[in-house]
Amino acid sequence: MNSAAAMLPQAADYMRLLPEIVLTVFGMIVMVLDAAAEERRIEKTMGAVALIGALAAVAATFVQAQYPGFAFWNMVEVDSFSVFFHFLVAGVTAVVILTSFEYMKVQQIRAGEYYALILFGAVGMSLMSSAVELVLIFIALEISSISTYVLAGFRRRAAISSESSVKYFLLGSFATAFFLYGVALMFGATGSTSIATIGDVLRSGQIPLLAYAGVALMFVGLGFKVAAAPFHVWTPDVYEGAPSPVVGFMSTAPKAAVFAVLLRIMFEAHAPGRVGLIWAVAALSMTIGNIGALVQDNIKRLLAYSSIAHAGYLLVAFAALPDNGIPAAMFYTASYAAMNVGAFAVVSHFGNAGERYVTLEDYSGLGRRSPLLAATLTIFLLSLIGIPITGGFFAKFYVFSAALQANLVGLVIIGVLNSAVGAYYYLRIIVMMYMREPQQEVPVSPIPMGLGAALTISLAATIYLGVLPGRVLEYASRTATAWSR
Amino acid sequence: MTTALDSMILTLVTFIPLAGALLLLIMPRRDRETRWVALGVSVVAFLASLHLPVHLAYHQAGFQFEINRDWISNPNIHYHMGVDGISVWLVVLTTFLTPLCVLISWKSIHDRVKEFFILLLVLETALIGVFTALDLFLFYFFWEATLIPMALLIGMYGHGRKVYAAVKFFLYTMIASMFMLAAILWLYAKTGTFDFVSVQAAIRSGQVEGFAAAAPWLFLGFFIAFAVKVPLFPFHTWLPDAHVEAPTAGSVLLAGVLLKMGTYGMLRFNLGLFPDQSRSNAWWVMILALIGIIYGALVAMVQPNLKKLIAYSSISHLGFVVLGIFSFTQAGLDGATFVMLAHGVSTGALFMLAGILYERRHTYEIAEFGGLATPMPVYATFFMVVMLASVGLPLLNGFIGEFLVLSGAFGARALYGVLGATGVIWSACYLLWMYQRVFFGKVTHEVNLTLPDLDGRERAALWPTAIVALVMGVAPLIWLNAIDPAVQSALAPFTQLASKVVGR
Repeated sequence: MNSAAAMLPQAADYMRLLPEIVLTVFGMIVMVLDAAAEERRIEKTMGAVALIGALAAVAATFVQAQYPGFAFWNMVEVDSFSVFFHFLVAGVTAVVILTSFEYMKVQQIRAGEYYALILFGAVGMSLMSSAVELVLIFIALEISSISTYVLAGFRRRAAISSESSVKYFLLGSFATAFFLYGVALMFGATGSTSIATIGDVLRSGQIPLLAYAGVALMFVGLGFKVAAAPFHVWTPDVYEGAPSPVVGFMSTAPKAAVFAVLLRIMFEAHAPGRVGLIWAVAALSMTIGNIGALVQDNIKRLLAYSSIAHAGYLLVAFAALPDNGIPAAMFYTASYAAMNVGAFAVVSHFGNAGERYVTLEDYSGLGRRSPLLAATLTIFLLSLIGIPITGGFFAKFYVFSAALQANLVGLVIIGVLNSAVGAYYYLRIIVMMYMREPQQEVPVSPIPMGLGAALTISLAATIYLGVLPGRVLEYASRTATAWSR
Repeated sequence: MTTALDSMILTLVTFIPLAGALLLLIMPRRDRETRWVALGVSVVAFLASLHLPVHLAYHQAGFQFEINRDWISNPNIHYHMGVDGISVWLVVLTTFLTPLCVLISWKSIHDRVKEFFILLLVLETALIGVFTALDLFLFYFFWEATLIPMALLIGMYGHGRKVYAAVKFFLYTMIASMFMLAAILWLYAKTGTFDFVSVQAAIRSGQVEGFAAAAPWLFLGFFIAFAVKVPLFPFHTWLPDAHVEAPTAGSVLLAGVLLKMGTYGMLRFNLGLFPDQSRSNAWWVMILALIGIIYGALVAMVQPNLKKLIAYSSISHLGFVVLGIFSFTQAGLDGATFVMLAHGVSTGALFMLAGILYERRHTYEIAEFGGLATPMPVYATFFMVVMLASVGLPLLNGFIGEFLVLSGAFGARALYGVLGATGVIWSACYLLWMYQRVFFGKVTHEVNLTLPDLDGRERAALWPTAIVALVMGVAPLIWLNAIDPAVQSALAPFTQLASKVVGR
C-alpha cells in the first residue's frame, strides 16, 4: 500500500511531540546565546529565554492534548496520562528557573549551560511520560539523567558538589544499566519492547519466569531514580552537595517522570509480581526515610530522607488496584512536586552565597527575621506532614484509601505510623523557626521577584490541591479508565 | 428572621475571625492598630454568634441553621454545618472568651504582636468550626486546624520550657487524632459519606456492612482522640506542661474551649454513632473519669505553682463532664454540658487572673505571694468570686452543673455518685487553701506591697466572666432550655435500649 507515506511522520505526530520540540528549541537558543555573547551581560536574558521556553512548553501541553493518539510508529502515545505529566514537568521546570535567577547571581554560576541543561533534562522527562516503548523510555531516561548528573555538579567551587555529581553519575549509570538489562529480559520473555504488546502477552497466557526477572531488574533501575529504599543510599549525599534549585528540580520532575514510567510498566504492561515487590519496597522506603530524617541536622539531608519516605508513600499506591491506585499515585506526584519544589526554593534563597546556611540551627528565629519566608516554608512543611487543606493531606488520603480498598491493611498501618514519625522532624524545623532564638546573626536578604513568583506558584498549587482536589483527581482518573479498557 | 441569614450565619460566625486574621496579615506592622482590629473582629464575631441562641428554636431537637453544600466530589465531602442546643452554647463560649483573650494579652504580648493576634483569630475560627461541622471530614479538618495555632501560641509566646510543651501538645493530640481519622475513613469506606447525619442514620438502620465487628475499634478510635483532648486520666500528662508554659490567652482558650472539644466529641460522636459500645464501655470510662476527678484534685492540692494548680483542677472538672456524659441520664448529660460552659467561663477567668499576677511578678509560685488582699483588694474580690464559682458554690455557675452530673451519676450507679461527690469537697479544699495562701495573712514579700490593683482594661476583661458566672448560677434555665431537647435526642437510642431490655 502507501508504504512510503506510512514511513513518514504525519504533521499530527509532531504536534504530539510539541512540548519536547519547544523545550529543545529553547534549550538550543540558550546555548547559542551563551556562545555568541559575553556571559555576564546576558545572564538575565538567558534566564528569561529559558523561562519563556518552559512556559511555552506548558502552553504546548494544551496543544498536545488536542491530538490524542499514537505517534512515530507507536513509540509515543499522547493520552490524558502523558498530558498530565507533561504539564507537571513543564510547570516544575518553570518554577525551578524562576528560583534559579537569584541563585545564579549569588553563587556565580555560568548561566548558559545551566539553563540549557534544565531544558534538555525536561525534554527527557517529558518524553518518558509519553513513550510507550521500552527502548525509547530508556533513551528518554538517559537524556533526563545525564542532564541531572551535570546539574548536580554545578557548584564548581565546592568540592562537595563535585562529589555529589560523580556519585550520582556512577551509581546512576549503574542503575540505568540494570534497567536496560531488564528491558532485554522483558524482550526475551515477551518478544516485544512495546508496553501495550507486553501487556497483552502477559495478560493472555502463562507468565514466563524471565518476565519476573525483567520486572525486578527494571524496577532496580527505576527505584534508584525515585530514591526508593534499598536503592536510596546516594540520595542524602547528592542532595546535600547539589545546588538547591537543582535539588528542587531533581527531587520532583525526574521523579514524576520515572513514576510515570513505573505506572506504565506496572499497570499498562501488567507487570507480574507487582504487589509483593512494591509492598516490600514501599514499607522499607517509608521506614528508612523517616527514621533517617529524624537525626539530620542539615536541612538538605533532612529533605533528602523525607523524599525517600515520600517515594515510599507514593509507591503504596502502586500496590493498590489500578482503578484508584493510578489516580492516587498521579495526584501524589503532583502535590509532592508542588510542596517540595517550594520547600527547596526557600532553602536555596536562605542558603545565601555558597549555601552557607543549611543547618537546622541556622533556621532558628527565621520566623522573626523573615516572617513571610518562614510562613511559606511552614505551609510546605505542613503539607509534607499531611495536614488538611494542603495538597499533602489529600495525597496521603488517596494513596492510603486506595491501598485500603485493595485490602493492604498492613501497609497502610505502616504508612500511618510513619506519617506520625514524619510529623516530628518537619515539626522540628517549624519549632526552630518560631520558637528558638537565633544563635548567630544569619542574614536574610529580601525576596527577589523571581523567587517570589516561584513561591507563589508552588504555594497556590499546594493549597489548591488541598482545598479543591476534585478536578485534578478526576483528570487523573481518566487514565485508569482508559487503561482498563 | 430571614432564612438567607439563617443559612449563612454559621459560615459568618466561623469565618469572621479568619477574615480578621487575613486583614491583620496585610495590615502594616503597627502594634496598637493590630490590637484594636483584633478586639473589634472578635467582638463582631461574638455579636454575630449571639444570633444563634436568640433565634434558636428551643423546643426543637435536631440541627438548626444548617448549611449543606458540595465541597469535594471524591471523596464525597460536604460543607455541612449546623448546631443544636449543645453546640450552640459552645460556639458562643468560644466567641465570648476570645475578645477577653485579646484584652488580657493587650500588654503582656509586646513582641511579634501581629503574629500573636493572627494566630489567636485563626484558632478561634478552627474552634468554632469544630463545634459547627456536621461532616466528619470537615470536623476532622477543623480539629487538626486547632492544633497548629495553639502549638505556635504556646511555643512562641510561652515561657520556660515552652518548646517542649508545644511539641508535646502537638504530638500527643496529633497522634491520637490519627486513630480518629482511621475510624472516620472506615466509616466512609462502608457508607460512602462523611455526613454525620447520614452516617448516623446508616448505622442506626443497621445497613453498614461489617459494623458489628468493627464497632468496638471504631469507638476506641474516636474515644482515644477525644480522651487525649479532654484529657482523661491517664492521657493527661501534656496538659500541665502546656498550661504552665502557655501565654495567658493560650491557657484561657486551651482550658476554656479546647478541652471541651474532647468532651463535645464524646457526646456527639461516641454516643451519637456508637450507642451500644458507649454503653458497654461506660464502666471503665466512668472509672477513669472518677480517677481523673480525684487524682486531679489531689495533685492540684500539692501544687506550688498557681497555674499548674488550675491546670490540674481542669483535669478534675473535666472528669465530671465525662462522668456525666457516660451516665446516659438526662440529668447527667445536661449537667455535663453545663459544666463544660461553666468551667469555660470560670477557669478561663482563673487563668486570666493568674496571668494578671504573672504580668506583675513574673512568677506563678504560690509561695511568692501572700496577703495580696491588702495591696490588691479589687483583684482579690474578683478572684474570690471566680474561685467560688469554680468550687461550686450555689448561686454561681459551678454548682448547677456539678449537681446535675452527680445526680445523673447516682442514677447510673450510686457508688460513682458518692465518689464523684468527693471531688466537690476536694476542689473546695485546694481552691480555698490556695486562696488563703495567696491573699490572706501578712504580706511576706516586700515587693508585693507595691503591686498595682487592676486597671480598667483588666476589669473590662474580668467583669463579663463574673457577671456570666452569676447569671449562669441564678438563671441556669436560659442555658438548659436549649440544652435539654438536644440532650434528649442524643439520649434517644439509650432510652430505646433500656426499654428493649426492660421489655424482654
